[in-house]
Amino acid sequence: MNKDILICGVGGQGTVLASRIIAAAAMAEGNIVHSAETIGMAQRGGPVTSHVRIGETAYSPLIPLGQADLIIGFEPSEVVRNLGYLKEDGLAVVNTTAVKPVTASLSDSGYDGKEMTDYLAQKVSCIFADGEKECQRLGSVKFLNILLLGIASGSGRLGLQKETILGEIEKRVPAKFREANLKAFLSGFEIGTKKEEDKEP
Amino acid sequence: MKEYVMGNGAIALGALKAGVNVACGYPGTPSSEIIETLAKYPHEGLHLEWSVNEKAALEVAAAASYAGARALVTMKQVGLNVASDPLMSLAYVGVEGGLVVVSADDPGPISSQTEQDTRRFADFARIPVFDPSSPEEAFEMIQDAFACSEKYKTPVIFRPTTRVCHGYASVEAQERYQPKAFAGFQKDAGRFVIFPRLSYKNHGLIEKRNVRIGEDFSSYRYNTIEGEASEKAVLASGISYMYAKEFLKDHPKIRLLRIATAYPFPEDFAKKALSGVKEVLCLEELSPYLEEQLLKLAGKHALSLKVCGKLTGHVPHMGENSADSIAAILQEFLGIDAPKGGRKITDLPSLPVRPPVLCAGCPHRASFYAVKRAMAGQKTYYCGDIGCYTLGNSMPLDMVDTCLCMGAGVTMAQGFSHVDGEGKAFAFIGDSTFFASGITGVVNAVFNEADITICILDNSTTAMTGHQPHPGTGINMMGHDAGKISIEKILQGIGLEKIVTVDPLKLDEAIEAVKECASVRGVKAIIFRSPCIAIERSGKTCSIKDSCINCKACIRQTGCPALSLSDGKVTIDASLCTGCGLCAQVCPVHAIGGEGDE
Repeated sequence: MNKDILICGVGGQGTVLASRIIAAAAMAEGNIVHSAETIGMAQRGGPVTSHVRIGETAYSPLIPLGQADLIIGFEPSEVVRNLGYLKEDGLAVVNTTAVKPVTASLSDSGYDGKEMTDYLAQKVSCIFADGEKECQRLGSVKFLNILLLGIASGSGRLGLQKETILGEIEKRVPAKFREANLKAFLSGFEIGTKKEEDKEP
Repeated sequence: MKEYVMGNGAIALGALKAGVNVACGYPGTPSSEIIETLAKYPHEGLHLEWSVNEKAALEVAAAASYAGARALVTMKQVGLNVASDPLMSLAYVGVEGGLVVVSADDPGPISSQTEQDTRRFADFARIPVFDPSSPEEAFEMIQDAFACSEKYKTPVIFRPTTRVCHGYASVEAQERYQPKAFAGFQKDAGRFVIFPRLSYKNHGLIEKRNVRIGEDFSSYRYNTIEGEASEKAVLASGISYMYAKEFLKDHPKIRLLRIATAYPFPEDFAKKALSGVKEVLCLEELSPYLEEQLLKLAGKHALSLKVCGKLTGHVPHMGENSADSIAAILQEFLGIDAPKGGRKITDLPSLPVRPPVLCAGCPHRASFYAVKRAMAGQKTYYCGDIGCYTLGNSMPLDMVDTCLCMGAGVTMAQGFSHVDGEGKAFAFIGDSTFFASGITGVVNAVFNEADITICILDNSTTAMTGHQPHPGTGINMMGHDAGKISIEKILQGIGLEKIVTVDPLKLDEAIEAVKECASVRGVKAIIFRSPCIAIERSGKTCSIKDSCINCKACIRQTGCPALSLSDGKVTIDASLCTGCGLCAQVCPVHAIGGEGDE
């Protein structure tokens, strides 16, 4: 299988765990995987990306522009920032909840993500999810990454078995959060499946 | 079994496989995870340490190597500047057990002060350098580096770059590792005591030896030739090789050379690989090192060869290469007309800028704010240093006037105090940086009668690089409690008379402490002590009361990322807030409460 998946968001949102689970699940299914992450100063509230590349001929650790099959976006403006990576027929899973940078608060710029989601809806195939609302229902914002992973899996664009991903989640999250994370994944999966069906004519 | 690890993890596993006996380093992005990975895998018999700085690390390793042990030293590229004193001399003396210095370069730069090229350091020190282009290669190549070091009795540099260090791939991990058996130190003053006579003799031997190593490298397994003989060829190294390979997979006839051993340059290999080639494009990051080697080669052998790269404007001098930039450069050089990658992006809305900021609840914010408030209206010099707290420069704090290199804040404040007796000079330095290179600066200040206030931002960890322990935190990398080294006692020992320790989150007390220290002459220190929010979670959050008048003073004065405006009203993001209470102490109408406050 050849697949390029870009995960983007803001430092601290849990993008790294999502990319590791995808990479581990792809490996468990017998694929060769490479990935690359943003580490260091940018992690302090800056834009972060993880590039997950599945397949034998993915030499570069970074996905070339226009080649990502899927973007998993933890923040709407970050999806717009990375949109150039998405294939013409690629899909973006987008958390609509905006993370407001300090610069926006200081200048009263009023950034709330709406303009970004409108733009995305117009330009690319998207599955939107209100991460804040869903996470409130799940009990903590800490489940955002697994929720979005669930949506991506439900959309069918990951090319990986749901069970494989669930198995990797179980291995990686602490026992006391296991139930909640599985629940987050499954509710995401449902959103992903449903939204992808809605798109059928 | 195969494990999916970061490039730095691959380097660590390769070193374990090579039987490394001693591993030391100082944290620095992108190199920090090498020592951390070593700690995670079974490593019985391995001495592992976070050294106090890179110079100390290399000196510890040098002695271990003299005794025949295999030693690994890790650092980022600017760390090699600190370790350059022992490195230059060690290059003359040579080693017994394999000694490999990993110095991770950071093109971009992404998390560094400079875009220096470690391959130049290898050339400068006249020692071999290995340059991997993927985590898998790094795993193999670090083992080759140990073998090379032992074969030629020389320290060897291993130079990965950020994308290799932080890329992930699968490499072989073993259940257990066996450190190499070694003979122990054999006294030999003629060999291990550096004197001018010895340096003179060894200089000649080293130059002769390097010719042999260059010949050896001409058949090295990672110096490779792909594609067919053609008039135009491409030479790449490191991660740029992978980018080139990614593009050239659709053009398999193009000749692609890769040189993984920049110094000593594998001249025979290059000459053979370039026979018949009229024009060669060099793809590398940082400096045009290989490009210059080819120019030398062409001059030395009077080759009719056009060398393109950074010096001819084909490749940018600064910043990282990427799959896309390399594709564009290759298309132009080879005259390949391929569609530009990427979808057409039009009418892009203006994107919010996200400069890195101090975390919500970071005690450094409170420390900077206290100094800012205490010194309002006075002439000041704020000398910053290397660490998370460099971010104190961002608005609205704006509390870093200078930042140069590790430890420079303390000494630069002295420089300002000597040229301006009126202004008040402050140095801000973190706890780990203080131990790494701040202490000598304090001694210098006392001896030379500076008038400065040293603010030690003690958050009990090395935060920026991923929370490594240091001498002030007690537990070392062997898992032993070595006892915490007291910053206060060090300062007392140096002779400071005014040393105040304060919790920066108690704003009034912190402001008072600053005023008190700034008002007396001489060398004074304030230790702002409060743990990093990432190592000690409070579980508390602040909340906005109904009495909030929306004056936004909290946002404008602290710039805390947990505070924002929602529908024109100040709100606190409970998922980010740590309940530090700085905003509550800033609020003019006491409209912010802590958890359980009401």
